Formats: sequence, structure tokens, C-alpha cells
Amino acid sequence: MAKKIRVLMAKPGLDGHDRGVKVIARALRDAGMEVIYTGLRQSPEDIVEAAIQEDVDAIGLSCLSGAHMALFPDVVKLLKKRHAGDIVVAGGGIIPEEDIPKLKKAGVKAVFGPGTSLRDIVAFFQKAGSAKGA
Amino acid sequence: MTDSDESRDLEARLRKWEAGTVQDALKAMPERRKEFVTTSSRPVKRLYTSLDLRNKTFKERLGEPGEFPFTRGIHPTMYRGRLWTMRMFAGYGSAEDTNKRFKYLISHGETGLSVAFDMPTLYGYDTDASEAKGEFGTCGVAVSSLDDMEVLFRGIDVGKISTSMTINAPADVIWAMYLGMAERQGVPLTELRGTIQNDILKEYEAQKEWIFPPEASMRLVVDTFEFGAREVPQWNTISISGYHIREAGATAGQELAFTLANGMEYVRWGIDRGLKVDSFAQRLSFFFNAHNDLFEEIAKYRAARRIWAREMRDTFGAKNPRSWLLRTHAQTAGVSLTAQQPEVNIVRTTLQALAAVLGGAQSLHTNSYDEAYQVPNEKAVRIALRTQQILAHESGVTNTIDPLGGSYYLEALTDELEEEAYRYFDRIQDLGGVIAAIRKGFIQQEIANSAYRYQREIEDKERIIVGVNDFVVDEQPEVEPLRVTQASLKAQTDRLARVRRIRDKKKWQTSMDRLRKACDDPDANTMPLILEAVRARATLGEICDVMREAFGVWEEPLLY
Repeated sequence: MAKKIRVLMAKPGLDGHDRGVKVIARALRDAGMEVIYTGLRQSPEDIVEAAIQEDVDAIGLSCLSGAHMALFPDVVKLLKKRHAGDIVVAGGGIIPEEDIPKLKKAGVKAVFGPGTSLRDIVAFFQKAGSAKGA
Repeated sequence: MTDSDESRDLEARLRKWEAGTVQDALKAMPERRKEFVTTSSRPVKRLYTSLDLRNKTFKERLGEPGEFPFTRGIHPTMYRGRLWTMRMFAGYGSAEDTNKRFKYLISHGETGLSVAFDMPTLYGYDTDASEAKGEFGTCGVAVSSLDDMEVLFRGIDVGKISTSMTINAPADVIWAMYLGMAERQGVPLTELRGTIQNDILKEYEAQKEWIFPPEASMRLVVDTFEFGAREVPQWNTISISGYHIREAGATAGQELAFTLANGMEYVRWGIDRGLKVDSFAQRLSFFFNAHNDLFEEIAKYRAARRIWAREMRDTFGAKNPRSWLLRTHAQTAGVSLTAQQPEVNIVRTTLQALAAVLGGAQSLHTNSYDEAYQVPNEKAVRIALRTQQILAHESGVTNTIDPLGGSYYLEALTDELEEEAYRYFDRIQDLGGVIAAIRKGFIQQEIANSAYRYQREIEDKERIIVGVNDFVVDEQPEVEPLRVTQASLKAQTDRLARVRRIRDKKKWQTSMDRLRKACDDPDANTMPLILEAVRARATLGEICDVMREAFGVWEEPLLY
């Protein structure tokens, strides 16, 4: 049997909007993945530590407060520093179109905005997880 | 013919109609769905008639407007006397930026102010705290000191306009800053009108802007009730809020139930402090969501008034009829706004605002069409305000009271929502009350379950969201961006540094020590000490640090 894909769902910064992150956590779980939810108010350091401890394949970052540019790239940088650059990072929330190329350049593999279908998000993590597992 | 004869006659006619006319029609063309449901997935019947109101007398359940149980409205003349307050939630960047926005809104005819604070302020951190990185001014205005508050209201006479502030965990500190600012404007506290949200229970349940554990937070809330009743008698010391519960995913019934359960919990804590219920009940206000489903939303407002009046009078023994009134602010549903075809949000907001008005709200915020992207730009916010002005002055719905009262469907929905609320009250009581239910994660899980079901319905196209899962167009929406500038951040951090540099150190230290002592003394009211600290130019972060040390910090049960 194939190893289950492990995903860390995380809320960096002070943003308390957790409806989206919880819905996605549940959708990933229903799709057969192991999901670890960090809870709110996590620093990039907290998130990277949890990702390494939990040996995840991918991280989903959720931020609706507008602090994504200050926080998402830090997670990618810290992962590389900890020799865990193979963990795939995706982000979602209220993210202006013009920030998306910048986030991608910083190493965030995908950015999901409002109205994205759960199917697309599940498919992304399935692909990310199996690529890493291979 | 007696009433029961009439009912039997109607029942017979309906049976005949179902078996004959309806069956024939269904054979020719089936209905579009097997089951019709509201936005909250509540089943809706094909037809409502007087049979749905059987055994329920209008006299008891509706009353007259301005009379118990206030189902039809809290005022005897409703909007014929006074329109609702048009109160646009606003805040971004620095105090200067938001002061400019307030003046813009006032110049376009808004009649009350409503302050949105940024994330660091909501969590009791100063703008320059390490925790605040990247969060300055993005979701609201940063207020770290009395000086910021003074800039925020510069050139606005706070003796004339009422101000609502969406602030919860550090509500007492921000309120003290507002009071300090009013003192410096020369406005007596007795003349101030406004609201602090100060509803910590829904923070644990939904909005998640908590700092301290529930018991310490509840003590701080009751401190404001006591202080307000004595010193700031026209101020609403709480706005018991279903809005955020709904935004987090709750159904209309859950929003109603959890909000009123929270409300009753505050009343219990006030009474336990030794306060007379009539001394503070009149300063309790409410805040509900206005979501997509027109009739369900109207019913929710009506049910809320009826339940609250009954509980305040019969359960808590309030004698003053003003203590029975559920006065409410309303806001259209932010969560319903789509990033796709954003202009269409203007239509959604119009329908939602109509629900709030037909539901008899006392004040209203209408969302702007660009809010799935950002804090709204000036043009978007003006259109949102104009939406309210059209409802007030052009639509005609304000000409009579509770215009849909008596509709079979609306009255049946009102009754159903009321019954659902009481079922939740029982479940919460069985769990040991609201705080126990929060500790067990019950309320949070109920909300998360509803959010997930709603999203699945959209995924499966059981629920159509125009522009998202149907009627889709391939276009890049054009939304004029609004960005917080580095110059605003610098203005804010410079002012903060100056406050710390020039304040009287001795006075500041004394006020901090006295506040710490008050926090440790369960019989003390913290509010006067917080006000003293604010006057001594203590910052929000410093005051909250003292309280964090005294009370500890809440850790929520993790669930999804």
C-alpha cells in the first residue's frame, strides 16, 4: 500500500480567519491524506519546526490578513536552511494578483485564491505528495 | 365556522390540490430539485399556509411594534420615526489614513462611525512588536496609544456622532483610549455615545481574536459593564455578535442560538457580580449577519427579538421594558462576496441589506464589492453606502412597520428558528454552559461542520454561487488596489517611539504597578486603572503585557 501523503496546514501570523484552513484540512483528510493542523498564530519558525517533526510532504499556508508577503517566503527560506527544501509549500487566502508571481519566485509552488475548488486543491497536494514520495 | 372547522376545510382543500393540480403539473414538468433548502440547508416546503401557524396566536408571538415580545420591531414607529444608522466599518493603515476615510464617509452621508482595527491592535500588540510583522494596517487601523486615538478622531466631534469599535480581547484598553481622547476634546463621558464590541465568547467560538482565558476575559467584560453603567451611561458596553459566528460557517439557526446563549452568559456573569440586571441590560447591544437567504434572515432577526425579550423578562427578571429590547447592528455577509465578477457583489449586498432592513435592524454596514480582495477603495465604499440610501429613500420598504409580518412562510420560519435556538440552549446547558462548551470545542465543531457542508454543496453544485461554480466568465477582474504605504507605517512607528520617549516615566511606572495589583485582586474593577495607565501614555502592548502576565494566555482546542 502506498504511503499516505502527509500535509501540515498552518496559519502564520496573527490572522484568525480559520474557516478556509479548516475546510481544506477536512477535504484533504477525506481524500485520504494525513493532515496536521497547527492552529493559529504560528511564526514561520514554529511552522517549519512542526513540518520537520511531523515529516510532512507538503505545507499549506493560509493567510487572509494581508501579511502573506512577510510570512510565506520566510517559511520557504527556513525550510531550505533546515535542509528540508523538498517539502512543497502552497499558500492561500486574500492574495492580490500582483503578489502571486513574487510568491512563486520565492518558492511557493501554488497560490489559491477565494473561490478555488476543493478538487483543485486536493489534486495539487496529491501530486505534490506523490512526487516527493517517489 | 370555527377556527378548527376552517383548518379542517383548508387541510382538505390542500390535500385535493396536492393530489390533483400539483400532481398534474409535476407530470408535465417536475420541480427543478428534489429538495429545496435555504442558505442554511433548512428544508423549505412547496407552500406555507395558515396551517403552519396552527396553535400559535399572533397576539402572543408577535405583539405590536414597540411592545413585548417585539417580534415586529423594538420601536412603535420603526423607520417612519427614524431610519437606521448608516454605519460603515472602516479602517486601514495609520490613524491619519483612517481619519481621512471617516471624513470622506461623513461627507457622503453616513450617520455613525465604525472603527476596524488591524490584527496587532486586535491582539493587544503595538505596531512595532515582533508579532506584528507584516500586519500593520492591512485589516484595519493601528492604534497603539492615546496619541493614535487622538489623531484618528481629529476634527470629528465625538460629542455629536456615535462610534462603534470592533475590539474584543483588549476592548477595555481601546475604550479607555477613546474616553481619554474624548476628555482631551472636552466632551464629558456622560455625553458619549457608541459601542465597544467586547464580546469575547464569540472570539473563542469564531473570530479567534482572543488573548486571555475565558474566566479572566469575562471578568474584564463585567468590569466594563459596571464602569459603563456608572461613568458612561449612554455607551453600549458590549455588542453580542453573531456576525463572526456566521462568517466562520454557522447556519442562521446556529448564529441565532450561539449569539443568544452568549448573551445570556454575560447577563449571568453581571448578575453574579452583584449588578442589578436593569442597571446594565439596557446597554447590551447585538450584531447579526445579513446573509443571502432573504426570508431566513428576516426571520432570524424577528426570532432573536422574541427570544431575548422573553428570557430577559422571565428568566432574568428584568423589570424595565428597555432591558427586554434586542437592539441590533447588522452587516451584510462578507463571506458571500466573490472574487469572481466582483461587481456582482453589489447586487448580493443589496439583497442582504434589504433583509436587515425588513428584519428591523437599528444600524447597518453594507460591504463593498471589492472586499474579496482588500480593504475597500473609496469608490467601492461609496457605492455600498449609496445602497443603504436607496433602500432608505427610494425602495419604499421603510414606509410601514415589519411589512412581511403575517406571511405564512416568514412566520413559520421565525418559529422554526426559535425552536432550533432553544434546542441548542439545552445542549449547551447539558455540556455545562457556554464556557464549558467552548473548552470542549462543541460550538467550534458545530460551526466547522456547517462550513464544510456548505463548501461541499458548492463543490457538488447542489448550491449555485453565481460566477463561482456556474455562470462563470473567463476574465481578470479589475479592482483598483488599495495598499498600505511604508510612509504610513513610518508615521505610526515614529509616533509610538515619541510617546515612549517623552512621557513621564514615573507616572507611567506607577500606573502600570497599580494596574498589575488590580488584575491580581478579583474584587477590583480594572477599568479605572486602565484609564489611568492610558492617560499616563502607556501603550496598548504594554498594558496587555501586564494583563497577559497576570491572567495567562488562552490555548484553544485544535479541531477542524
